Amino acid sequence: MADDNTSMDRRGFLKHAATGAVAATIPSSMHSQDHDHDHDHQVVPSDPALRTKALESLLVEKGLVDQAALDALIDTFEHKVGPRNGAKVVARAWTDPNYKARLLSDAASAIAEIGLGKSAAGDHTLVLENTPKIHNLVVCTLCSCYPWTVLGLPPVWYKSTAYRSRAVIDPRGVLREFGLQLDEDVEVRVWDSTAELRYFVLPERPAGSENLSESELAELVTRDAMVGVAKVLMPAGGAKA
Amino acid sequence: MNGVHDMGGMQCMGPIHHEANEPVFHSVWEARVYAINRALFAWHKWNLDAWRYDIEQLPPPDYLRMSYYEKWLAALENRVVKYGIVTKEELASGKPTPGSARATPVFTVAMARVVQPRITAPSNDPSVVPLFQVGERVRARNINPLGHTRLPRYARGKTGKIVLDHGVFLFPDTNSRFLGEKRQHVYSVQFAARELWGEDASPKDSVYLDMWDDYLEHTGS
Repeated sequence: MADDNTSMDRRGFLKHAATGAVAATIPSSMHSQDHDHDHDHQVVPSDPALRTKALESLLVEKGLVDQAALDALIDTFEHKVGPRNGAKVVARAWTDPNYKARLLSDAASAIAEIGLGKSAAGDHTLVLENTPKIHNLVVCTLCSCYPWTVLGLPPVWYKSTAYRSRAVIDPRGVLREFGLQLDEDVEVRVWDSTAELRYFVLPERPAGSENLSESELAELVTRDAMVGVAKVLMPAGGAKA
Repeated sequence: MNGVHDMGGMQCMGPIHHEANEPVFHSVWEARVYAINRALFAWHKWNLDAWRYDIEQLPPPDYLRMSYYEKWLAALENRVVKYGIVTKEELASGKPTPGSARATPVFTVAMARVVQPRITAPSNDPSVVPLFQVGERVRARNINPLGHTRLPRYARGKTGKIVLDHGVFLFPDTNSRFLGEKRQHVYSVQFAARELWGEDASPKDSVYLDMWDDYLEHTGS
């Protein structure tokens, strides 16, 4: 099968690559640690930083990528996208029932209203409302699908084998691991993001937050709550001044 | 493909490591790998389904051992050669073939400043008729294709209920191998936790999966 050939080819060319400039710079200690068992080993240059640098420099020289565009993209993802955007959406929904209704029926338009840009959510974002009786939890068992336009790039735990494997078979155990014990009578709905739909959770507004402003509420909303592994809590010591 | 990436329901993968105040990227190379991956999409040499399939085809022991961005990097090295935008020799030497033409990057700074989700098709195409209706009981087909699929093993053969029709999407099983877009409806299908995992699961709980028409069959009841 062609796909198998591809992976065999990869071994071949990486063995070849290992004799090149990249491999020459790898400390010998990095080679030795992997070689105490007997299955078929790839001789891969093991330092991803060096491999990345080599590949980027090649792609730039070939005119396939523009280094400044890569810099700009990283800046966008480190500074413009992130869970603070989702937190604004949640706080608005908590304080404006009409907005909440629009968010639950047409998330893309409602998210655009927050000032994240028309394209921010995409057409395929859905918001899941947590209530005292229904708890939603989002996972991607097959890879790492995540509502990144609203929440930023997913954390490592969301992409981990532990979370991906267990969220669907033992969601209550996963939630306990995050410190959240749900009553037996709460219905848990796990959303496995198998297609291009992207889900995020509208958490419950915490009790005692009645006097907080929208921006103060947004400060309380965590990424974990919008994935569904946590509740939004009032800060210890009660409401902020 | 019944690969290790299809890990819903696997057990003993260990505790979930939650990092407080986690940075977006843990090192410079992770950020560069992320950005290169996104930028190269602009050449339209591959699609998102093919991109995912490339990662799934990493050897299973590597898939489990590598960090997330190590997988992205390894698949990227394979991909640029597979699609012919870089030769094996260039990847090995780190230098363009002498005398080869230099391209002009398609992905620009302006594009990088816009947060743009990847839209693969309009989902409101009325010419594509849904094969199932909201409220209908359906069974996930028992298929074991060798290629890419978004029908996880844990749902195959199980019965659920259609709760939402999301509209029309490209079919990843064919699109990932450039065998056609095969546009069809995608539904949110609710499976009772006990249907998936047996009597030890909570009777209250459900798992919702998004499923294409081709993943479903009528239950005959």
